Amino acid sequence: MSGPERLDLVKLVKDPNTRIIVTCGSGGVGKTTTAAAVALLGAEAGRRTVVLTIDPARRLAQSMGLVELDNTPREVKGVENGQLFAMMLDMKRTFDDVVLEHSTPDRAQAIFANPFYQSLSSSFAGTQEYMAMEKLGQLAAAHEWDLIVVDTPPSRSALDFLDAPNRLGRFLDGRMIRLLTAPARAGGKAYLKVVTASVGIVARAFTRVIGNDLLNDLAAFVSALETMFGGFRERAEHTYELLKAPGTAFVVVAAPEPDALREASYFVERLSDESMPLAGLVLNRTHTIAPAGDLPALTAARAGAAAESLTGSGPATVLAQAALRVHGEIAAAAEHDARMAKRFSAAHPEVSVVTLPALPVDVHDIDGLRTIGALLSAN
Amino acid sequence: MASSSTAAPHVAADAQLVPGISPTARLHIVTGKGGTGKTTVAAALAMAMASLGRKVLLVEVEGRQALAQLFDVPALPYAEHKLATAEHNGQVWGLAIDAEAAMIEYLEMFYGLKRSARGLKKMGAVDFATTLAPGLRDVLLTGKVKEAVTRIGNNGRPAYDCVVLDAPPTGRIRQFLNATQEVANLTKFGPISRQSEGVIEVLHGPKTAVHIVTLLEEMPVQETVDAAIELSAAGFAMGTIVVNRARPTLIADGQVGPDGSVDLDLLAAGLREANLPDGYAGPLAAQMADYAQRQELQEDTTRRLDEVELPRVELPDLNPPVELGELNELAHCFLVGGGE
Repeated sequence: MSGPERLDLVKLVKDPNTRIIVTCGSGGVGKTTTAAAVALLGAEAGRRTVVLTIDPARRLAQSMGLVELDNTPREVKGVENGQLFAMMLDMKRTFDDVVLEHSTPDRAQAIFANPFYQSLSSSFAGTQEYMAMEKLGQLAAAHEWDLIVVDTPPSRSALDFLDAPNRLGRFLDGRMIRLLTAPARAGGKAYLKVVTASVGIVARAFTRVIGNDLLNDLAAFVSALETMFGGFRERAEHTYELLKAPGTAFVVVAAPEPDALREASYFVERLSDESMPLAGLVLNRTHTIAPAGDLPALTAARAGAAAESLTGSGPATVLAQAALRVHGEIAAAAEHDARMAKRFSAAHPEVSVVTLPALPVDVHDIDGLRTIGALLSAN
Repeated sequence: MASSSTAAPHVAADAQLVPGISPTARLHIVTGKGGTGKTTVAAALAMAMASLGRKVLLVEVEGRQALAQLFDVPALPYAEHKLATAEHNGQVWGLAIDAEAAMIEYLEMFYGLKRSARGLKKMGAVDFATTLAPGLRDVLLTGKVKEAVTRIGNNGRPAYDCVVLDAPPTGRIRQFLNATQEVANLTKFGPISRQSEGVIEVLHGPKTAVHIVTLLEEMPVQETVDAAIELSAAGFAMGTIVVNRARPTLIADGQVGPDGSVDLDLLAAGLREANLPDGYAGPLAAQMADYAQRQELQEDTTRRLDEVELPRVELPDLNPPVELGELNELAHCFLVGGGE
């Protein structure tokens, strides 16, 4: 067993051809921290780097100088030999900007005032992903950055990042939206003529479920947005193409746990289906035992048995017992993690992997990010 | 597997649920930050209640088929399936609620619209509706949960003694639970408005309890504290904080110095008593230093949890993949008594 090839993130961030790195993975695996650490690696390798974060932990955000959502890249202090900028996505404002860009001021105001726009722009599942892509498109178009690192929104599935923008585009251009809003657009009477009887029944059933008021709001919203339909879809498609372009690399982040690795597998397969470039997998929070030179590694079972065998109550005995129990915990976790990693690599032998150890404490400053960078570059 | 060496623990006839898990609650909602093990905890809780002889429905709503994975059964269709049996004739049934299927069921039930429902599906209307109408997806999902909670079986008794919901993560939980209320505000009339009252009544009722799963780490604990405050302010009855994958306290005061140092000579002497060569002392000491930091963080985060005045249940780290045997072991953490 040779194992998977090692993912060399230092080489990746230093490569002048790498323009965009997207970190993805399911929630709770350390995606944001990894994105920030990778961005710092790039910046300290002398590349002008910006990291787009989405919903970072408060203290990590503060340490990078991000105090509010403001959609403006801010320079991060404490970076050595380079420049790192960070920004936090303001979903609502990004959406507002897109609307402003694609319509007249009057129309824009009508759109902003609509209750549907308000919920769509602040809580629609998928808006965050769409807007992250939108922002990425803007950053890439600005030609201001050597390297853009994007952290993807926390979602139940890593695939949402790829699917949501399309879903939003499809939805805004959908057949259903046209059908349901036909009365408002064509005037009530013309409605029945445009749709066939059976579709009419369906639409009426639908109306009954949603309710009439709601439908009228929706119709008003859609007619106001109508001029933008092409805009939205085109933009989503354009950014999607950007993700396939040379210079983009995906880094999948996972923890050595079945759910996270299953998500990672889906994502790896999807990227390959879409011919999108996968750099590799960061296997975060991996437990390893400290090597003991030439001595054979103590297994969890052996450490446990040794701890049991100690019966005295002197300080040496008690200390050794505690040390062996600690080792037992770590070794059991390490054995488990190694099994998980092996299982993933057996299914995806082509994916290069780098492991990050489970750190005893959370990262919330630049030094912590630099430590992660060093761990990513080690050996 | 560690569990194969220990016999399946026996649940005594007079065992009870731990304080905080109300024995009369009909709906247990389990939330928590992503990656904290919500599904496992929800399943363990369901197993615990089943082991008291109850018929329990375990529900998932995120389309992940996590229950099927956990119980090692084929992907669950939109139908209730028996997942496991327990002592005292207890049963755990599973249901993966899918918004699209729930909507079609809803249309059929309220309008007899079988044909139209199929048409809607073909046109992508359901996808449309559930993605657009704010919270409609959540309305459908919670509507189905309410239906399962209030369903009456042939014998005139509730179809399930209780329902355990593997709910969306803390970041979305309030939005999820309040979706019905918000849609009800938008539509003053119509069937959704009529149906919503019943849903709000169940979710906000005294027979519902919300449990939050956390790890003893900074971010999950922060989210737990925030969610607990937010949810109880929103009028939900709170149950317990479930501390998952807690690591045992192994290091005593003074064994590791504030700088992470360990008395290597003393450790080597102790290891010799266990017939282990001195060479292990260095690496074991380094691991102790790490573990001490982690242990301290656990203690700090535990103190942060004290801000929330809710009973706590602690589950050990069994190193997943958790399977049925381990689930039973975890289920015991929700039980007390039973003269063993």
